[in-house]
Amino acid sequence: MDLLRFITAGSVDDGKSTLIGRLLYDSKNILIDQLEALERSTKNRTDGSVDLALLTDGLRAEREQGITIDVAYRYFTTPKRKFIIADAPGHVQYTRNMITGASNASLIIILVDARNGVAEQTRRHSIIASLLRIPHVVVAVNKMDLVNYSQDVYNNILIEYNKVASQLGLKDVTYIPISALDGDNIVERSTNISWYKGKSLLEHLEEVEVNDDVNFTEGRFQVQLVIRPQTEDLHDYRGYAGKVISGVYKKGDKVKILPQGIETTITRLETGGVETEEVFAPQPAVIHLADDIDISRGDSIIKVDNKPAVSSELDVLLCWMDEKPLVAGNRYLLQHNSRLVKAIVKQVEYKLDVNSLDRQPVESGVKLNEVVKATIKTASPLVYDPIDKLYANGSAILIDETSNHTAAAVLLK
Amino acid sequence: MDSYHLDYLEQLEAESIHIFREVAAQFERPALLFSGGKDSITLVHLALKAFAPGKLPFPLVHIDTGHNFPEALDFRDQLAAETGSNLVVRKVEDTIRQKNLTEPKGKFPSRNWLQTHTLLDTIEEFKFDCCIGGARRDEEKARAKERIFSVRDEFGQWDPKLQRPELWSIFNGRIHKGENVRVFPISNWTELDVWNYIRKENIALPSIYFAHEREVIIHEGQLVALSEFVQPGEEDEVLLKKVRYRTVGDMTCTAAVESEATTLDEVINEIITTRISERGETRIDDRVTEAAMEDRKKNGYF
Repeated sequence: MDLLRFITAGSVDDGKSTLIGRLLYDSKNILIDQLEALERSTKNRTDGSVDLALLTDGLRAEREQGITIDVAYRYFTTPKRKFIIADAPGHVQYTRNMITGASNASLIIILVDARNGVAEQTRRHSIIASLLRIPHVVVAVNKMDLVNYSQDVYNNILIEYNKVASQLGLKDVTYIPISALDGDNIVERSTNISWYKGKSLLEHLEEVEVNDDVNFTEGRFQVQLVIRPQTEDLHDYRGYAGKVISGVYKKGDKVKILPQGIETTITRLETGGVETEEVFAPQPAVIHLADDIDISRGDSIIKVDNKPAVSSELDVLLCWMDEKPLVAGNRYLLQHNSRLVKAIVKQVEYKLDVNSLDRQPVESGVKLNEVVKATIKTASPLVYDPIDKLYANGSAILIDETSNHTAAAVLLK
Repeated sequence: MDSYHLDYLEQLEAESIHIFREVAAQFERPALLFSGGKDSITLVHLALKAFAPGKLPFPLVHIDTGHNFPEALDFRDQLAAETGSNLVVRKVEDTIRQKNLTEPKGKFPSRNWLQTHTLLDTIEEFKFDCCIGGARRDEEKARAKERIFSVRDEFGQWDPKLQRPELWSIFNGRIHKGENVRVFPISNWTELDVWNYIRKENIALPSIYFAHEREVIIHEGQLVALSEFVQPGEEDEVLLKKVRYRTVGDMTCTAAVESEATTLDEVINEIITTRISERGETRIDDRVTEAAMEDRKKNGYF
């Protein structure tokens, strides 16, 4: 059994919460007491039947206002897969939260209301999906019951969205007509939508191939910490603990330590405390090297056959996440996996309109939820890959040194 | 390529080990909050893997309410000894006495709220800047929204509106003096994941997780074991039942479930077929209001 992490994008009006509720309910992942609690709170608020959407609203403020503020994580399992849903709010003022949820997703479900077609919000969610390189996109055309299950309506949306997808370079796009409220094509294939011959949403989620998304070619490893027990029996033990970001490492491999630029050889590999011949992404590992080199947290151990970029001048896209605006020239800390370096945002070139992809001039500071193209200079070089080449090694965050807040998502170009 | 594939438990394990290593590297004085329950036992197992062959780079801290199951306490001491871990125990009893706190009364006197006082005192005593906990997002609605690195102010308070964005697997643990980060390495695990992992890794558990005979009374449909802390009222019928526990908390606020399961396989089978959630079945203290957990977390609870 493997694992699929996906995000659902859409607002309450699109039926996102109902969709998630339906997925959990129809796949028998809602338990009796949760259902009872649901019935109780439904009774407290309105009369009528159980509202599946209430299953997903966690915080009291959200329940009171009937909106979703923050990303919530949901879990369900079928005999084929374990699923982690990042349930993210869809409104523009919560773009920050959506990016948080999207950053770990392999798949995004973009909900489109069949009555409205491709809306501004659909575009925005698709743009975020493309910015964050989410490999698989599902366009769920919802509320088919309200358009008499019309194939024409569905086809028109498909044609319209295809344009968006090709403009954004989205590769794997799947379309499914659904009714979340009635459960059409959610778990079971719908009899109301007999012209649709594809899979139900759950079938698709169970079968979409995600292991291919892991890069096993470029060897990238960053040191999280050095393990040196310094006990009597482990006196000379010195292992570099970290996560294999991508690729495969074998005992005997020639590797290069960056940014130092020193070549050496792997003498021993461990994972979970057990010696092994090879480790691969995303396994945790401990690497032992032939030579005594000064290596510390944040340094990279890379395979020599395929080199990453090593630079302290960075071209980036910044998704601004702080209430405090970004002012060009400000100093921040940049964290790339476990490497923390001082950084200055030198120049902000333009702002990207997340509804249209238009480039706009930046007049004053960069505000919360804005996406900008910028250049960053770091105090010491970063060992990275452009996000388009190697997603797992092409992203970072900016931290405001004075407030310690995570101020921006950094996409390295 | 097929050999390069991690199943879901291996992926969850990889994520948790990564988180543990970030904690050890980013914080000066971390601690692992250890309750003696299966989740914190799983945490210890994961941490040992993360830092092998070294020992744990942080102490195990137990906030002892004085209402614990003796089996869980014995297990705790044994685990600490076997793994060579530093064990810190601080008693709610002492905080109650020193600070003149008022104990809750009633038939099931929960010290859950008072526990927070002892925890915050312990954090201050040892200057812990990070507390690792075994909370999971599937447990409860408010938990579903909490980050893996959750920043708390000096009162231990969680502000759901001021959460830091948590992107990719990059964790920002930077804090100001006096602040504290709660880290939850098994956030993305479900109850069943934990059990399946315990089976796969053959992790030892306290005996109360398996079916055994116990004297119980029935309170609002839940089975509560009799002990020195819970006495039967006149209206109660004392029954001898074969039970096991799904969670291990205080004897006063943890309910047992009827069970015949004496092995891990049998426990997992029962969990798969049961239709009631872990907290709903066994936590008496969550039943008060729907926002009970949110309130407690805002007040510095784990």
